[in-house]
Amino acid sequence: MNDSKLLEEIERYLNGEMAPEERKQFELLRKGDTAINNKIAEHEEFAKILKQYGDRLALETRLNAIHDEIDVHTLAEELMIHPSRIVSLWRNHHSKISVAASIAIFAILSTLFITGNLSNQESKYLLLRREVSLLKQKTETLKAAQGIKAPVRATDRFRGTGFAITSNGLIATNYHVVNGADSVYVQNGAGKSFKAKVLYTEPENDIAILKIVDTSFRNLGAIPYTFKKSESELAEAVYTYGYPQDSPVFNEGRVTSAVGLNGDSLDYQISIPINAGDSGSPLIDSKGNIVGVVQGKQTQLEGVHFAVKSSYLINAIQNIPVDSINKKVALNTKNTLGNLNTVQQVKKLKNYVFMVKVYDK
Amino acid sequence: MYKEIKGSIPTDSEVILGILNNSESVLKRLYVAYFPMVLQLIINNNGTPDDAKDIYQEAIIILYNKVKAGDFELSSKLKTFLYSVCRRLWLKRLSQMARYGGDIRDFHEYSPVDDEVERQNDMDIQFNKMGAALQLLGEPCKTIMEDFYINNRSMQEICERFGYTNADNAKTQKYKCLQRLKKLFFQQK
Repeated sequence: MNDSKLLEEIERYLNGEMAPEERKQFELLRKGDTAINNKIAEHEEFAKILKQYGDRLALETRLNAIHDEIDVHTLAEELMIHPSRIVSLWRNHHSKISVAASIAIFAILSTLFITGNLSNQESKYLLLRREVSLLKQKTETLKAAQGIKAPVRATDRFRGTGFAITSNGLIATNYHVVNGADSVYVQNGAGKSFKAKVLYTEPENDIAILKIVDTSFRNLGAIPYTFKKSESELAEAVYTYGYPQDSPVFNEGRVTSAVGLNGDSLDYQISIPINAGDSGSPLIDSKGNIVGVVQGKQTQLEGVHFAVKSSYLINAIQNIPVDSINKKVALNTKNTLGNLNTVQQVKKLKNYVFMVKVYDK
Repeated sequence: MYKEIKGSIPTDSEVILGILNNSESVLKRLYVAYFPMVLQLIINNNGTPDDAKDIYQEAIIILYNKVKAGDFELSSKLKTFLYSVCRRLWLKRLSQMARYGGDIRDFHEYSPVDDEVERQNDMDIQFNKMGAALQLLGEPCKTIMEDFYINNRSMQEICERFGYTNADNAKTQKYKCLQRLKKLFFQQK
């Protein structure tokens, strides 16, 4: 019997197609021959798997047909538990977010490293300054103990800004700029310094009037601006021109309140960024009127700055004792800035706004 | 958390009788009745609707074969059985994909069904091998094998279909095909 014939026999046997007599014979053959017996078992198993495989495919086809009738999308929308937006954002994009965050952190660290800010310079600086003041304290204690008045080298301890109120060298600034001064110099836009003296102060209004006493000083010529007697309106556009640094700085903003800190009617509140050194700068409106004297930043609040109203300045000027000047101060009434634009106005101001350098004892 | 699923849910005994009688309508009602439950489980545990389809169909097949084999006992509810199988299958799939965080959000009670799932897994391996072997076999062998062993067609029919001049030629051809198919099947790891 060849293999093909045997297979046919096996299949007929397994399918129960054999006649009883034939079947009996085949079973005898099977019992006597393990090789044939194994073949039968193997074929039976294989045919079963093949059949089951077919049934499985058929069942899957049926199930797929059923599945296609279900609106899975709508169902999924309904059954999805939606976590809060942030949670789902995190779940869906956490890898991207993590990468972005690491890049950001890396960028910050490398920037800090490159700019050298990582090495704690700030705190060193602070420490240093504290040590200096400590030393100074010690020196003063020593001096007091020994009764010696050591000569102290003069350095310009403070800087501020002042502006001319008369052509003959009267300069207005803040009292706090010149308070405690040993000597005062003013420096014009061309960089030339003149010695000045404090002529008159009104500490309660934070106003000081200086007079240039330097022999090299020449008359300034007609003052281009005038002084506003009335109060400025809210939201009026104003600007300052001062010396927070070695070169003059222009800044503009608006009058944001008619009262200053804690409702103080002395001041305007203005929206101009003010830096140290701006104190004493003129606050000028668009028509070239002096409306105030920049007083500086009095609080830590951002964007809250103050200027002393011009009416107080005018009062102070009127209050200067006549014996300290030859005659009563006559304020300029002829405004030559009114018809100019801001750029031209500022150009003209250059000669009338001074850096005030203060040397204390 | 769990939403009651509406629709005409067949009773458990209806399902068993329906499967035994090859009832298409019962199979459909069964499928439609419990699919939302499984969809809910899968999509709320890192899966997609397509994953849900795969898992659910596998579970239905397990149930179907169990009923056909006559060893499905109504010891627990059919719903619980389907849910448990899907849950087990999904956990397995998740760990294979390394997406399993060690926690699964459950919507139903469940019972241990490891044996069923393991048995099904063994069967799946065999079927995959068979599918691959049939693909490699090529035509006309593939169709001859399918016709004879799956669709239960007689040699006479096959003979006519493929235009063999006599039954002996067809039988020889069938024998050769089967030998090749066995070889291809057992060769696979």
